[in-house]
Order: sequence, then C-alpha cells, then structure tokens
Amino acid sequence: IFKHEVFDNQPFVIPLSLYFPRESLKPHSRTESSSKAAFLDHCETLWMRSAAAWRDAGLTGLLNEIANSSAEVPKWLSVSSGCVLALLQRISSFHGSLFPHLTLSSEDMIAEFSQVLKWSDCAVRAFAWHPHTDKFAVALLDDSIKIYNPKSATAPTLKHRLQRSVAAVQWKPLCASALAVACQNCLLVWHVDPCSLSTRPSSGCAQVLSHPGHSPVTSIAWSPSGSFLVSASPMDTNMMVWDVAAESCVPLQRVGGGGVTFLSWSPDGSHVLASTPAALFRVWETRMWTCERWPCLKGRCQSGCWSPDGSRLLFTVQGETVIYALTFTDTPGIPSNTKGPKAAAVVADLSETTFNTPGGDIVVGGEIQSLAWDPRGERLAVLLKGQEHFSLDRPAMIAVFKTRTSPIFELLPCGFVQGEPGTEPRLMQFHPNFQHGALLTVCWSNGRITHVPFYFLSAGMARHGLGGSPPQPRPEERPADYINQTLYTELTT
Amino acid sequence: MWQSVRKHCHFSCVLLICLKSHMKPRKVKLVSVNTSVRLSYHNTGYNIKAAASVAWAVLLLPPSIAVFVIISRVSLLHPIQWISECVSLLTSATAIFSFILLCGVVLIVGFLNLEYYTVIPSIACSKIALLGQLLHPRQFVSSLVHCILGVIVAWCCAVTIGGRYQTLGYPCTQADGSPQLCLNEYQVILLLAGAFVGYCHSVLGVIHNMNYVSFHTVQQYKYLRFKGSLPLVVKCSAIQALYSVRNYLVVYFFLGKCSLHPLDTIAGLLDFSLLYHLWISGTFLLFTWYITLLLFRIFVTEVYSFPVQSSFTEDVHQCLPKVLTGQQPAILKFLALHDLALLSQHSPSRRSEVFSLSQPGGHPHNWNAISQECLSLLADLTQRLVAHHDTVATNGRAKSLSTGSDKKSLSSESTEDVMTPRPSVLIKTPASVFLRSSVGSPLTVPFTPDLDSPFSSPALRRLAGPVEQCSPWHGTVQSPHIMRRGPKLWSTSTGERGLQNKTEHVIPIVDPCAIWANECQMFQIMTCNCSMLISQLLPEASSQALFADTQSHIWALEGLSYLVKASFSEDQFGVVQTTLPSILSSMLVLQEAVDRHFKLPHASSKPVRSTSSMEDSSYKTLRFALRATLKTAIYRITTTFGEHLNAVQMSAEHQKRLQQFLEYKE
Repeated sequence: IFKHEVFDNQPFVIPLSLYFPRESLKPHSRTESSSKAAFLDHCETLWMRSAAAWRDAGLTGLLNEIANSSAEVPKWLSVSSGCVLALLQRISSFHGSLFPHLTLSSEDMIAEFSQVLKWSDCAVRAFAWHPHTDKFAVALLDDSIKIYNPKSATAPTLKHRLQRSVAAVQWKPLCASALAVACQNCLLVWHVDPCSLSTRPSSGCAQVLSHPGHSPVTSIAWSPSGSFLVSASPMDTNMMVWDVAAESCVPLQRVGGGGVTFLSWSPDGSHVLASTPAALFRVWETRMWTCERWPCLKGRCQSGCWSPDGSRLLFTVQGETVIYALTFTDTPGIPSNTKGPKAAAVVADLSETTFNTPGGDIVVGGEIQSLAWDPRGERLAVLLKGQEHFSLDRPAMIAVFKTRTSPIFELLPCGFVQGEPGTEPRLMQFHPNFQHGALLTVCWSNGRITHVPFYFLSAGMARHGLGGSPPQPRPEERPADYINQTLYTELTT
Repeated sequence: MWQSVRKHCHFSCVLLICLKSHMKPRKVKLVSVNTSVRLSYHNTGYNIKAAASVAWAVLLLPPSIAVFVIISRVSLLHPIQWISECVSLLTSATAIFSFILLCGVVLIVGFLNLEYYTVIPSIACSKIALLGQLLHPRQFVSSLVHCILGVIVAWCCAVTIGGRYQTLGYPCTQADGSPQLCLNEYQVILLLAGAFVGYCHSVLGVIHNMNYVSFHTVQQYKYLRFKGSLPLVVKCSAIQALYSVRNYLVVYFFLGKCSLHPLDTIAGLLDFSLLYHLWISGTFLLFTWYITLLLFRIFVTEVYSFPVQSSFTEDVHQCLPKVLTGQQPAILKFLALHDLALLSQHSPSRRSEVFSLSQPGGHPHNWNAISQECLSLLADLTQRLVAHHDTVATNGRAKSLSTGSDKKSLSSESTEDVMTPRPSVLIKTPASVFLRSSVGSPLTVPFTPDLDSPFSSPALRRLAGPVEQCSPWHGTVQSPHIMRRGPKLWSTSTGERGLQNKTEHVIPIVDPCAIWANECQMFQIMTCNCSMLISQLLPEASSQALFADTQSHIWALEGLSYLVKASFSEDQFGVVQTTLPSILSSMLVLQEAVDRHFKLPHASSKPVRSTSSMEDSSYKTLRFALRATLKTAIYRITTTFGEHLNAVQMSAEHQKRLQQFLEYKE
C-alpha cells in the first residue's frame, strides 16, 4: 500500500493513495423496524401490542396504538389518547419552529452539520490520522472502519451493530490503540491492539458510551492530554465530557443555540470551540469549564481550527465568505479576568473571483465547508463548497494559504488543490507529524484518498530542532496540481 | 430574610464548636500532640467548608418548604383559595416552628455526613461482610438517629399538610357514650412512614456506600455543579420515596393490625390522597437530606491550593511536600494529591517551585519529597496487586517458594525491595465502613483484618476465612476437583512454610491424609451452614476492594508524568533526571502487575451503571481509570523524551518494554 521514495538520499515514506469505489460499498439501508414487513401479520391482544409499542416507540407509540385500535378499547380512552397525541405533536412542532434543525432526520442532520462536504453520498465518511504514528482510520459508506498501518500487513476492519452513520472518528492522544467513533445513536471507543494480527476485531473491543437524548453525535474531540473526550449532538443542549475509562460523563448544559454541532479542542488543551445550530458559538475554557458566548451576525459557525499554540482561533460562518480570527492572549492555567478579545477580526475574504488561466477562466471562491491548519502552523487549507449553478459551474476546491503567527499574523495565498476531472474534494486533514513540511490528506468524491505533500523548512524547526540535523531544504512550494497563483483576495493581517 | 441569615450564622458557629470538640480526642489519640496543633490549620479550613455546606442546606430550606406546601395542598379546581391558603400557612407560627425543627434536622444530618463520610469506600466482598456492616453498633446508632429525624420531619410534614393529619389525638365517644381521646391513625401512619423512610435511607446508605465522597475529574464551580446535580437529586428522592412508601405500606399492612380503623384494610390503604401525601412527605424528607449530602460532597471535594514552599518556617507544615508526606487524615492527603495533579498540569509558576533548590544547601527537597511519596504510593499498589494475584493463583493458600520465584521473574532487581512480600494475610475481612481511616496510610485499609467486626472470634475466622476470601474462586469452591488439588499444593510447600512464616496462626499439618479429612470436614460444615451465603459471594468485589483508594494513585501518576514532561523544558537544575529511572521502572512494574490483574476472572467485567441514584458508584470503575491513566502517563513521558530515553539507566527488560512504548505498540 505504501510507496518508498528515495528523495535526496533520504528514505522517505509517502503513504500511497487508497481507492474505495463507490459501487463496492453498499450503504446501510436496514432499519430496526423494517424487517417487520417480511413477516406475516399476527393477531396479538391489545395488551401485547401496547407493550410492544411502548418498548419500541415510547409514549408516542403507545398512544398511537391505543388511538388506532378504537374497536377494542373504550371510546373515552381512544379519544383522549388521540387528543394527547395531537397535543404532543403541536408542542413538538412549536419546539421545531424555534429550532428548525430539530425537524431533520438523523441522517440529514449529520449531513447538514458534518465537516464533510455532501456527507450522505460520500464513500469516505470520516478520516483520522493517528496523532503519533503513521496509521490512519477510514470510515466508509457501509458503516465499516478500516485501519491502515504502514508497519503492518493487516488492515483491520471494525464493524459493530451500533456503528451506523459514522460522522467522525478520532484517535486518542497518548495512546496506541483507542479510536473514538461518533455514531448515530452512541459513541464507540474501539481498542485495536496494534500488535494483533486479527483482521476483524470483535465488537467486545468496543466500549459503548451513550446518554439518553444525546444522539446523533456529529462531532467528537479528545483532549490533547488524552484524559477526556467531548461529544456533541445537535439534538442535545448538553455537551458531554466523557471519562472514557470509567464510562461516565459530565453534561455541560447551555440552553442557548438548541444543540451543539461542531467541537474543536485547541492543541494546547486550554480551550474548546463548540458551535451551535443557531448563530452562536461558545469557547469553553477547560480548567473550570466556563464558557464565553460568541453570537454571530449571519449564520452558525460552520468550521474552525486552532493555531498550534492554542492562542488563535480561525473560524468561518455559514452564509459568509470570509475567515475570522480570534486571539486568546491569556496563558493557560492562570485564570485572568481579561476576557480575551472583544470582537473577531476578518483575516481573509474568499468571495468569488475569476482567474484567467491558459486552460480558460476558472471561478473560485464562495462559502467555506471546513478549515484545516497544519500542526506547525505554516499552511492553512480551506475547503470551498463550490456551486452547481445553471449558468456557471463552480467546483468545490481546496485553497491553501501560507500562514505565519509571529511576529504578526500573516495569511498569504499559496495555491489550489484540485483532483481528477469530475471529482471534488470532500474531506481533508493534515498529517500530525510530517517531517519535511506538511502533508495534506484529501478524500475525493470518487472514493479516492490522496496525500498532497508541501515541502518546506519550518522556521520553528530550524530554531529548536530536536535530535539530528534538519532535513534538506526543499524547493519552496510544490502544490500538487497547480502552480502558484497570484493573489486573488484582499488580505488583512 | 436577614433573620434567617443570622440564624444560619449562628448554626454554623454551633456546628463548628461541635466539630472541634469532636475532632480533638481522635487527634490526640492517633497522632502526636505537636502534629495535631500543626494540623489544626488545615482541619479548621476543612471544618469551615463542612459548616458552609450545612449553612447552605439550611438556607435552601425555606424555598423547599414553600414548594412542599404548594405541592401538598394542590387543588386545581380552586386556584385562588389554594394560593391564599399556602401564603397564610407559610407565614403562620407553625411554619416557623417547623422550619426551626427542620433546621435542627439538617444540622444533625450534616453532622452525621461529616462523621460517617469516607474518601475510601469500604467494599463488602460477601454478603456476610455486608451483614456485619449492617449489624455494627455504630451503624445501629446511625439508623436510630435517622429514624428519629424521620419522625421529626414527618411531623413537620403532617402539621404543614394539615387537615386530618394535624393532630395526634382527636375526641371521640366510646360505646357507652363517655368522651375520650382517640389516636389519629392518619398522623400515626405518616410519622411511622417518616421513621421507615429514615431507616431505609440509613440502610441503603451502607449498602450503596452513600457515605463515599468521590472527587470529580471535571472541575466546575460549586454553583454550576450544584445546578447540574439538582434535577438528579429531585428525581432520586422522588423515586426512592416511591419505593420506600410501597415497602412501608406492605409492612404496615401486615404488622399494623392492632386497631379497628379503616386503614386496616387494603382498600383503606389505597386511598389516593393518603398515598399522595405519604409519597410527597417521603420525597421532601429525602430531598432535604440528599441536598445536605450533595452540598457536603461539593464543598468537601473542592480544590484546595496548598503552597509549594514558604519562606516562613512556621508555615512549612502547610506546604504541599509536608502535607503529602506527613501522617494526615485521608481527605487531606487526597486534596494534596489532587492539588499536585492540577499544579503539575496547569501551573508553570508552581511547577518551577517544585523544581527549585533549597536556598542554603541547594537540595531539591520539594521534588524529592513529592516524588518519593508518589513512588511509594505506586510501589504500595504494585505490592498489593502482586500479593492478591499470588493469593488467587495459589487458591487462597499461603505462599510457597514457587510464587517467590515467579515474582523474581516478574520484577527486576532494582525493584526487589518493592516486591518483598508482606506477611501473608490469610483472612481478608474488608474494612468496615466505620473504620474511617482518618489518620494513617490509606493503603492498608481494604486488607486490615477488621477486629471490630462481629465476626472476629478466632473460631469463626477460621471458618469464615476462606469464605470471605475476596477471590472469585470461592464462588465455585464446591466443585470437587478444586478441593482435590488442595493436598498436593499443601504438601509440597509445608516444609518451607513452617520455616518461613512462623507468625501464621494456621498450624501446618504434614500428613496429607489428615489435611484431606480436615478439608472434607470443613467443606461439609461450610456447605451445611452457610451454603446460601457462600453462593452469594459478590463477583468482582475483590477487584473493587483492591482498588478502593486508587484515586490517590491516579493523581500520583498524573502528577509525576506531567512534572516529568514539564521538566524537559522547565527543570533548570536537572533535579528530575536523578529520579527518572526509578519513576519509569516503578511505572513499568505497576503496568505489568495491572496487566496481570486484569487477566483474572471478573477483573475486567464492567459494573452495571445506575444513573438514577444518589449513590456515587465511581469507585467501581477506578481500576479501569487507573489502567488508562497509567498507560497515558508512560506515553506522556516517552512521547516527550523520545529517543533520549535510551540513555536512561535501566534494566534490559524495562528498556525493551519502553521500546514498545516508543514504537506505540502497547
């Protein structure tokens, strides 16, 4: 699977691209109750049916059953249960009108709030590099997860009864084996022994973490110290902080916003970004778990990423084409009364622009799906949503920026990443410890996963390189498919 | 309002005086007078916390009484009358009097919480041990007090609800026409219900380890924590009251056949309004007590920041290294370890004090004291795990030489002192709840033979010893082939045993036949007398008991690993380097022992989660938390130091083990 390249006399491993053709993956279509149709109808007493309805669908199911079997129950009972049912529906529709996202189905909700572009028809639904080694996990359309490790010939496949509609996966830091999976109804934490030769670890290797009302889980984040896992669900106003080993959780409730959609833990462990379905996001401080509220003007916070030192947060807002930055100056651990910044600053404007290239005009820009910042803080990748308009076709595309955080924050355009014709990027992530610069892994719409290396000599590396000489200087830039483009936006620093 | 504030101040003062007068004798008894004077600083601060929690519980009484009045008098058909009645009742003299009574109840409950709490749960390994706990005189006193308090609260409820519950007697005429005072059974049933619920609360407290105070891993401010737990408290008290009232009615129906009243029949008892009032009163009672308990837990486990070093000699005893190493109440030691874990993680300035050298002399006293204490905690746990494993492996018998050689292969020579077996403990009665380990090493608690227990007579011990062994093997002790294995093991090891462990009270018998006969006899007695109790041996309780105080080890591991990680860039004088090999090797040895322990049956089975209970069951999963923390701690060090670890002096076996961690293969 992996190709060894000899580059400047240095043996160097770039993981080879993987291909998961869409046709080979069967999406999971079975639901728990759909097998009912395959069996003959069987006459049960009202009590049995009521009990079954209560077990399957709770109070609503029970009321529905009673209201429907008016021939067997006293009239007053069926009428009153019908009334209660109608009242419940009214209340839920009112609640839904306050928070429109509550009316979505689980799948639609994950698709809406996921960091993956067009999550529902994506062959690769989630991707995660291990924070310390070269292995990674890929969640596929058929609800299985595959783990690839260059040092091992086996690629274990993880399957579990509860592992459905995987929205996110993440490896536990400071651990070789634990992988957290955000599923439709629960969280799973797999313990995959790296030395095991088994290709199908049993479902006994997975811990199931669930809390009533906390589903579907759309985002998870491990603390960088590996001690906590936070999880978010748009249906639940609680953000859960899990102690995974003890399988216990502490709900942190804030009602405003009507749920939590996206989480991102700062690399230094001091803050957590939590966005909500409404035009509001929060930044939690992780020492005493208090939060700052950040109301947005236009839409919800779609994506965000932290600088490596945890001092700067970049985020994007749905419906806007700009990147905002927030700076947190207080040093972690010392609680200070200065409440960080008062307002976010616009650092980049990605509104639609046309480029004249030899191959014709290209239109880029628009709304942003997700952001990714490389672990050294020198490259920022921005996944642009694109648009399939009837007049002009604007494909989804990844724009890459050079960034510098000291002495002042700088953002310079660097290039674009585009795939084969007819494919668009869906998901991207930087390799957490690439020796020679930055390595961007991109999952494409045709099911291919490729790795785009950026070779550069990091300023930070040269200053305090630990152990061994720094790698050879590289040609400054080599974005995969395009040569450097000129500036296309107004930049503010 | 200001009146009530003044009142609560007064109450807290009274409480403080009570606490002080209470704490004194124990201190004098168990530690030297000099130390007790030194300790008073922390203890005072600590008692103030407990008093503050009671004060808050008293402050919360008026709103909860108001809610109780509103709910108990609910009448949806006459809302205006309902509200006006409630208002007039709340301002009446009866309400004030009830409030004062309830304040007294809350004070006593708060005092009981302080008196009975523990940071190390006592886990009963078998039903017999649990029974022993329940029959203990101290527990009896607690139950009695709870009964009386229950009656008082129920009386307050009865007076507040009014109507037919108002008075204990009412005038009635006898058959011959003479006027007389009759007993009002409605109030009696309510008062007895209070007593019953109080008794249930106290008994369930023992069964569910309600007196166990756990420390939360997620830090939150007190108010937010209280707010977050409030719905749970309401839910728990309502559910618990429902069950208690159900049981109470059953008991009352069968035992209360003494009067000629309508309440004597099932139909009379199934009066809806009566049930409702019983349930509401029970809920109110449990709610006030649970709130007191909750506030106590929140205040007591609040993070306390100890100074790392002080420039004044008179303050030195308050500093973290002194508190960690000295003979302290378990709670203070826990608070100190918690503070250590937090400072090592979050506070660079305090870390630099840990790494600093003493001014004249240039010795790293702070680091030495802290690291030595943490290492001895880890060594203690390792030793305990190895001893337990050996006991289980040799089927509860005394150790033979072969286990000694096992141990050598397990550990390297550097840690041999760690592994010296202690005098083998044949009888492991779990410590009772009442042996609150206020002073002394918390680590010996789960294995100290409980001399206070009613089962301490030597004859009974002999019999109960193997039964109470906290080993899952004994659940299947009836199977004959295990019994048959006995003599063989015994005879091979008797020679050495006689020489080695002279202190043991079991006399070695050389003749295998005699042992066999003896075993058979014992087997028969056991099966005849206590087969029911033996078969009820609680699974996985032995593991839980083994790790009962493991929260301290978790903090020690976190503290050490974060300090070592920080030392990579912050330790200017290299004080950590000298202890790095011993830190790494003690972690690796512990890792090995923990891995071995988790291979035992029942060790890795997860307990059933109970969400709707005030019971703090976090002690049941401490062993899993320890396993995860240990691995993370080793990875934290290896990830920080990387290849530099190859230069650390260690045994070859540990080098190999570390290499596994460096390659992320563990």
